[in-house]
Amino acid sequence: MQYTRTVEALKQGTVIDHIPAGQGVNILRLFKLAETGERITVGLNLSSRHMGAKDIIKVENVALTEEQANELALFAPKATVNVIENFEVVKKHKLELPETIEGIFACPNSNCISHAEPVKSFFFVKVQDKDTKLKCKYCEKGFSKDIVAVVR
Amino acid sequence: MANPLYRKHIISIPDFSREELELVVETAGKLKRTPRNDLLQDKLVGSCFFEPSTRTRLSFETAVQRLGGNVIGFADGANTSAKKGETLADSIKIISSYTDAVVMRHPKEGAARLASEFSSVPVINGGDGSNQHPTQTLLDLFTISETQGRLENLAIAFIGDLKYGRTVHSLTQALSLFGARFYFVAPEQLAMPEYICEELDEKGIQYTIVDSLEEVIPLVDIMYMTRVQRERFDEAEFKKIQGQFVLRAEMLKNARSNMKVMHPLPRVDEIAVDVDATQHAYYFEQARNGVFARQALLSLVLNETV
Repeated sequence: MQYTRTVEALKQGTVIDHIPAGQGVNILRLFKLAETGERITVGLNLSSRHMGAKDIIKVENVALTEEQANELALFAPKATVNVIENFEVVKKHKLELPETIEGIFACPNSNCISHAEPVKSFFFVKVQDKDTKLKCKYCEKGFSKDIVAVVR
Repeated sequence: MANPLYRKHIISIPDFSREELELVVETAGKLKRTPRNDLLQDKLVGSCFFEPSTRTRLSFETAVQRLGGNVIGFADGANTSAKKGETLADSIKIISSYTDAVVMRHPKEGAARLASEFSSVPVINGGDGSNQHPTQTLLDLFTISETQGRLENLAIAFIGDLKYGRTVHSLTQALSLFGARFYFVAPEQLAMPEYICEELDEKGIQYTIVDSLEEVIPLVDIMYMTRVQRERFDEAEFKKIQGQFVLRAEMLKNARSNMKVMHPLPRVDEIAVDVDATQHAYYFEQARNGVFARQALLSLVLNETV
């Protein structure tokens, strides 16, 4: 039977699969993937047996570290992150929510000192009931993860 | 062995352990009873007020000089290189290279934490925007301990603006370590923020939200009054709540004999002047205690043993 791939196979790089539909663009933006200058293939609203619809991102020649993969867990806790070498999966990252997140989002508090100074943003992650909260190391204010992800 | 605060940055009350808070309170008591003029000898403290504050700055500078130390600094960020666009990180690198410790106040939240990452000497937070003002909490704890003879298991009412008052938030957090019982009296719009109540719930600390000021008076050891700022309300709303959070001498008839009224000052009209003459008024002594609490902190940060 003829089998057509929706997204072309990757020789070397990272595949982020099973991203909830709608979060793909967010992840591209927040993790500044386009700024790597590498070729990126993005699939949005692809059909998925388990998820109904999903997004997928393939980044050539970039191997996501454990740390970076864990930061993805905030938006796409069920995403699979596979590092590819020579068309083979050489590492499957198991996503775990990190304890801290550095430099991904700006602090939503406009009066926080971190905006105007030579430092990276830094949040402590705390899971509270069903929400994940991020607390800024500098201004000590806490935010729901959804608020932090929107503000740039 | 060096005391646990030696060469530490003093940024935020949640950074303190119960033992460290007790150490500051105890040291403040010692320095009030037996003044020392040698603990900061040959020490130079930078007093960097990027935002003006009369009481905090003067009490820090008094503390340094009474202990035999010297102060350099500025009272207003408007005339510094910050105005020219220098980052706080750069300013602090330079100032810390001149001094043995830096006391700072800054209008932005997180400024002291950031400064501590670039400073070669201990940074003491004298207030960072609406975030923290740890030395106010330390002087409050010292005052509570001085008037009650202990910090454990006290009943404390907070009255007025509990939403924006950073003093109230930090003191609540600190007293939680000592098993306090809280009463919150505030207009609905200025109620204690949810995150503080959640923290108390997590720690199993009891608190009650009370509508009337008079109701809590006989129940507590400390009444901590704060100012309700007129600008937070429209005129009609303000008129409605204005009288409700004002303490007058005649209301204190049923107060416990050990009960003390505290206020971070400045007061406007939330404590009537006739309260000043009662045995319960303690806010002016509390302000004076600011010097001893800051002396204690500076001594501990700059000396291995005190």
